[in-house]
Amino acid sequence: MNKIDESLLNEISDEKAKDASAYNIRKNGKCVSRKVNDYINIVTKEDGSGIDVYVKENTLFGIVHIPVLITESGLTDVVYNDFHIGKNANVIILAGCGVHNDKHKDSEHDGIHRFYLDEGAKVKYAEKHYGEGAGTGKKILNPVTEIIMQKNANMEMNTIQIKGVDSTNRITKATLYEGATLVINEKILTSNTQKAKTDFEVELKGENASTKVTSRSVATEKSYQEFVSNITGKAKCYAHVSCDAIIKDEGMVKAIPEIFAKDVEANLIHEAAIGKIAGAQLLKLMSLGLSEDEAEKVIIDGFLK
Amino acid sequence: MLELKNINFVRNGKTILNNINLTLDLKKFYVITGPNGSGKSTLAKIIMGIEKPDSGVIIFNGENITDKTIDERAKMGIGYAFQSPALFKGITVYDLLTIASGKKINKKEACNLLSKVGLCAEEYLNREVSNSLSGGELKRIEIATVLAKSPILWLFDEPEAGIDLWSFQNLTDVFKEVSKASKGTTLVISHQERILRIADEIILMENGKIKKIGNKDEMLKSIFRGSCPKGAKVYE
Repeated sequence: MNKIDESLLNEISDEKAKDASAYNIRKNGKCVSRKVNDYINIVTKEDGSGIDVYVKENTLFGIVHIPVLITESGLTDVVYNDFHIGKNANVIILAGCGVHNDKHKDSEHDGIHRFYLDEGAKVKYAEKHYGEGAGTGKKILNPVTEIIMQKNANMEMNTIQIKGVDSTNRITKATLYEGATLVINEKILTSNTQKAKTDFEVELKGENASTKVTSRSVATEKSYQEFVSNITGKAKCYAHVSCDAIIKDEGMVKAIPEIFAKDVEANLIHEAAIGKIAGAQLLKLMSLGLSEDEAEKVIIDGFLK
Repeated sequence: MLELKNINFVRNGKTILNNINLTLDLKKFYVITGPNGSGKSTLAKIIMGIEKPDSGVIIFNGENITDKTIDERAKMGIGYAFQSPALFKGITVYDLLTIASGKKINKKEACNLLSKVGLCAEEYLNREVSNSLSGGELKRIEIATVLAKSPILWLFDEPEAGIDLWSFQNLTDVFKEVSKASKGTTLVISHQERILRIADEIILMENGKIKKIGNKDEMLKSIFRGSCPKGAKVYE
């Protein structure tokens, strides 16, 4: 790993990554480093299209780190990562993609992550996207996440895309059975002429399944964002979706919420709010001595914290 | 320490402030009172720089601040507690108190500030300054941010609005303490008799003008000769 790799890795890694008990580092389409243990196994798929991560049932606690680095301009990297989480296992999975593109050709990473959570399994999944590099080549990330949750499984998914990604089309699909709980927190900041589209499709199939989807985004300069959510309740279940966006300069945000109750006991809520920074917030912070620019930064940083 | 000269402010054809002239002395506690719509809040906003007067001059500590921005005035030592506190997403009570202090403060210091406004501190520090807090809690946090800033000129716009009577005594104690400890000047907009009673001087406004200024005792006598201080005909 060279300096660019290390700095990219730092940008997309969380503190906890240092304590990873298993990891798989992928660079420019190839695995460059891997570690496994008795409870967590990582296996390359036979056709080479990605990896399978197996977490044994009743694993008390584990941290799995699977970062992807792309430093080659003109590369389109498609990877399928499947996570098989055994009954009652409890793991943290840290993923992310860092793209460094100094040239004029586009670099693209399409990560398809599929999660199979067995009964009572618990997963905390964090994903961070970052792009850098002085070239005119675009940095494109299209992550797909598919989640199937069996009885009483629990998953929290935190995704962050803060800087430098020119185009992203994120698709998240989940199916929840009896008593399963899925919490999704998404944070996105776009600038320049970047485009980001996120699409959440959650099906609540089992009794007492519940989901909470929270999206906070900031669109600045001439960037464009689209938030689509589609939640279907097919049983006595609960869903809360909230999309909150700040727009600045010529930024644009479109929110398309859809909630569909197919059972009379389904309780589905959607909230969406788009607007510029409230004048009252700026005035308050300025009255505490911050300049308008400083106040704006504090408000946006807090909003995306 | 603060001098307002010939301040005029007209909006939508309505005269809100009509040639205001006012001088505030150092180390004094002033309360502005008067009917709703008499121009009290606008006057405080003009001092903080939130509103710009159409004409007139503002002198603070010998310096003309008429064209200074809000943050420049804040840095010079003017502090302002808003009547309706701003709500933030993702900014905690501790974050806001730190910004207000202008330096890194520890939890104990933050707790002390909150205790002064009658909040049981620890449980509030990590709460978001959003509508997950009640109106009264937000109001007290707003006052705490001004205490944290510790300005030379303290401006409070109706601090009692939204605070339950139960904690009201606590609030008047805060003001007593501010006026005792402060090396500066306090200006509170209030309708509350208990706050009027701790003033050194009371400024009575009506129809965009200062109708009368005087020391507490003589002003209270004339103000409460009638019934409610909010009522229009009480002052005569």
